[in-house]
Amino acid sequence: MIANLPPGLILLVGAVIAPFLQGRLRSVFMLALPLLGILQLTQLDPGNYGAMELFGFDLVHVRVDKLSLVFGYIFYIAAFLGIIYALHKDDRLEETAALAYVGAAIGATFAGDFITLFVYWELTAITSVFIVWAGRSPRAYKAGQRYLIIQITSGVLLAAGAIVRANEVGSITFDNIGLDSPGGLLILLAFGIKAAFPFLHNWLQDSYPEASETGTVFLSAFTTKLAVYALARGFAGTEELIWIGVTMTAFPIFYAVIENDLRRVLAYSLNNQVGFMVAGVGIGTELALNGAVAHAFAHILYKALLLMSMGAVLHRTGTVKGSELGGLYKTMPWTLGFCIVGSASISAFPLFSGFVTKTMILAAAAEQGLVVPYLVLLFASAGVFHHSGIKIPFFAFFAHDSGKRPQEAPMNMLIAMGLTAALSIGIGVYPAPLYALLPFPVNYVPYTLSHVVTDLQLLMFSALAFSVLQRTGLYPPELRSTVLDFDWLYRKPAVWVSRTVSKWLSERLAGIYRDLTGVVQNIIKATFRHHGPEGLMARTNAVGGSVAVIIAMLTIFILVFYWQV
Amino acid sequence: MSVLLSAHLPALQVVLPLISAPLCVLFRRAGATWLIALIVSWASLGISILLLEQVIANGPISYLLGSWAAPWGIEYKVDMLSAFVMLIVTSIGSISMVFAPNSVNAEIPEDRIYLFYTMYLLTFCGLLGITITGDAFNLFVFLEISSLSSYVLISLGAERNALTAALRYLILGTVGATFYIIGVGLMYQMTGTLNMSDLAERLPAVAETRTILVALGFVTVGIGLKLGLFPVHVWLPNAYAYAPSVVTAFLAATATKVAVYALLRIYFSVFGTKIFAALPIDEFLLLLSLVAILSMSAVAIFQKNAKRLLAYSSVAQVGYMIIGISMVSVTGLTATILHLFNHAMIKGALFLVLAAVFFRIKSVKIEDMAGLGRMMPFSMAAFVVAGFSLVGVPLTVGFVSKWYLILGALEKGWWPVAGLILVSSLLAVIYFWKVIEVAYFKERPAEIGAISEVPAVMLIPMWVLVGANIYFGINTGLSVGAASAAAKLLIGGAP
Repeated sequence: MIANLPPGLILLVGAVIAPFLQGRLRSVFMLALPLLGILQLTQLDPGNYGAMELFGFDLVHVRVDKLSLVFGYIFYIAAFLGIIYALHKDDRLEETAALAYVGAAIGATFAGDFITLFVYWELTAITSVFIVWAGRSPRAYKAGQRYLIIQITSGVLLAAGAIVRANEVGSITFDNIGLDSPGGLLILLAFGIKAAFPFLHNWLQDSYPEASETGTVFLSAFTTKLAVYALARGFAGTEELIWIGVTMTAFPIFYAVIENDLRRVLAYSLNNQVGFMVAGVGIGTELALNGAVAHAFAHILYKALLLMSMGAVLHRTGTVKGSELGGLYKTMPWTLGFCIVGSASISAFPLFSGFVTKTMILAAAAEQGLVVPYLVLLFASAGVFHHSGIKIPFFAFFAHDSGKRPQEAPMNMLIAMGLTAALSIGIGVYPAPLYALLPFPVNYVPYTLSHVVTDLQLLMFSALAFSVLQRTGLYPPELRSTVLDFDWLYRKPAVWVSRTVSKWLSERLAGIYRDLTGVVQNIIKATFRHHGPEGLMARTNAVGGSVAVIIAMLTIFILVFYWQV
Repeated sequence: MSVLLSAHLPALQVVLPLISAPLCVLFRRAGATWLIALIVSWASLGISILLLEQVIANGPISYLLGSWAAPWGIEYKVDMLSAFVMLIVTSIGSISMVFAPNSVNAEIPEDRIYLFYTMYLLTFCGLLGITITGDAFNLFVFLEISSLSSYVLISLGAERNALTAALRYLILGTVGATFYIIGVGLMYQMTGTLNMSDLAERLPAVAETRTILVALGFVTVGIGLKLGLFPVHVWLPNAYAYAPSVVTAFLAATATKVAVYALLRIYFSVFGTKIFAALPIDEFLLLLSLVAILSMSAVAIFQKNAKRLLAYSSVAQVGYMIIGISMVSVTGLTATILHLFNHAMIKGALFLVLAAVFFRIKSVKIEDMAGLGRMMPFSMAAFVVAGFSLVGVPLTVGFVSKWYLILGALEKGWWPVAGLILVSSLLAVIYFWKVIEVAYFKERPAEIGAISEVPAVMLIPMWVLVGANIYFGINTGLSVGAASAAAKLLIGGAP
């Protein structure tokens, strides 16, 4: 019976019921929902379900195939872990929003047509903004408003694209779309906003760090990965995506390096990791698509793990500013351990999940002879290790001692982190079950000598770079005294280049931003002048004036008619 | 139902409210007059449903008043379109009469309440008469009945501004009606007939004459005034803003819709689609309504009074309907007729919420609505859902309307128009969000005391309309079926 329900509905219904339950019953109820959902997925047979007709189009409410199933599974797993992680809280707004949000995201992955997709797509936007608002600060409120506008815009673009496409090809089935039509372009733009393509990405770093420590864990898992799913479904093998993805992997690194808020650092690295997936989708071979999907799977886990560890720090100390933290390893050893597992996974250390998935994308790029993308992806991998693998644990738990001696994280957080860490290591050590879930058969062997050696070389050089930068004084001041003689050669140009580039970039961006703001403000001012309460369009004129308008209109009508005949 | 009665349903539809209006004056007691208005409204709803069923089963009904044969006597005609519009008018009337007593008692002095219900019944009668008649001159008579009584309704508003708003509407409305009758007069001069079907037959012979073209110009501007066509909508914002709350809800949901109906009739049933090929009326209307959907939405954003805000939004929404007409295609007209129905549900619900708000806080200024999200959770939730529908969120009726409208635009290859419709929807998000932000995210100032939710008798009608917004957004069978049948009828030629 359960197999007949649309996937995702369990969570949506659960979201309606959960707020009315109390205490432990509610916890048990909420934990049972994703488990029930996973059970349902195991019962589903591939095929289309829930067909109905609307506006003369055939809707396919549920389409089950390997691609949608793998995303369904990981979304439910992430929901389960996120719920455990949030058990110590009693925030009904956030919980309800999170359940509905995940339900909508799962519904979207199983949508077989654009109308259904659009409904769930907007539903994820509307539900997730409440998670941002549950941060309950004025900043969170403002960030949430900006977030909502952008997400809704994505939905509107999707709807517009779907209508245009329906008009062109007469079908609303959600399959490979391609870019050869204006409809496809609009849809890509809609997906691109959710995937946080370069220059469409700001909503992510803007809003995610403003949610609560538990809310961010939920937010990080679904929206961008839903977009990756949609891209894999609709735009596999679209060459432009390779370059978009490659850009995404590279450019957030610069921001991540200079950012102080550690959760925002993770938001930038999220952006960078999604870049790998987008590039994989763009390459479009079976290996690359498998890689992109597998990487999304692994990424959801280790990104959640990293955000959970930072959330635990935030929960205990009230801050995640790199400059205010340090020395926490003394009292939060478990959190540190889990954080390092997450770091190792995101950095793709052998035996951790990132390794068995990211190398698939790299291998696919190499196989297709895409030299430049391959090199950029390598560079980006090094960058990830640098800011997520080292910077996060280093600044939070080591660095200079901040004197803070917080308690270890609450038990439920530790359990959630432990489970996530176990999954991350499990995938890294024994990837076969994950590979079995992937859309195409996997012939890829991750642990070959050349993969491991390339990867370790990369990681070691990156670690070297971090140490060098540390000691050149680009990082905290207490290491400034121990400058080594030989590295001035690297130091001077490195520092100069990075400073100049980042200065130039930020000035340009600020300039463009200023110009744009100015233009928008002028438009609003002009609109207000004519449309404000005292403006021409809105003020209450004398009756005589109104009658004059009427006469004018009649005259125009009659003159035009006369002239026509 | 006896055969006799069912054969006379078309006449009953108009006569029932017409004779109960003077009855109200005789009774004078507030409670009794309300009861009459309530019973008449629901009875009319019943008649509308029966008529719609008859039309679906047996095709259009022609009823000869006093058995004088058309075209000499007055003919009432009920086809898909008029049955559908009557259903809109009567269902909104029935729902607002259930809602009315609390709100009316609070806003109108005791000794004038009977006038309110009397005038309501006359307006109701006029609107139904416009819809049902098959006679161009008779349409003018009902137009005047509904207009004159609605001037009185508006003037019953509590603020002094209501009087000037009503006077303004009276002057401009009379100009509109006069233009209409001048147009009809010119047509009569050329054809010697007033019956619409008859006119449709005789007009082609004289269609090229300038007299008929001038008639068309007069009729367009005249009806345009009544339906709130930009830029001759100027009477509308103040009239809506200062009228008693229930009146605003009723008029906003029905009066402009009936005027759009009249325009559809004159254009498609009397003149026929040929005029659009010969004259640039469609381009003209398209241009005006594009300005309306953008400019009036922008004006709405800057409003401080929620009722005025929604009033400007109504002008913009009428723009959508006129865009549908200007497409001169089955899809376009389907969108127009569908939006008549859908917009009635949306605006009816929204204005009823504002009536409830006014009932509690004696103001509909947006700034005064701070914290209402908590104080009046059910009312404000209704506002949110109906607002989503206004914006065009899927699973609501607003989405269905926009879907057909954009589909129609794309059929014609009007890409920029489709784009502008989307832009205008985004503007709607902004003005609607302004109210939500204040109601949900601003704390109510402590010095103003707490208020409670309105009684269930007000909540239920409100939520019935909200439920209709969702129901007809998902199950589009009735509304889209009726609208597309009516559209095909209009495009097909004479009724």
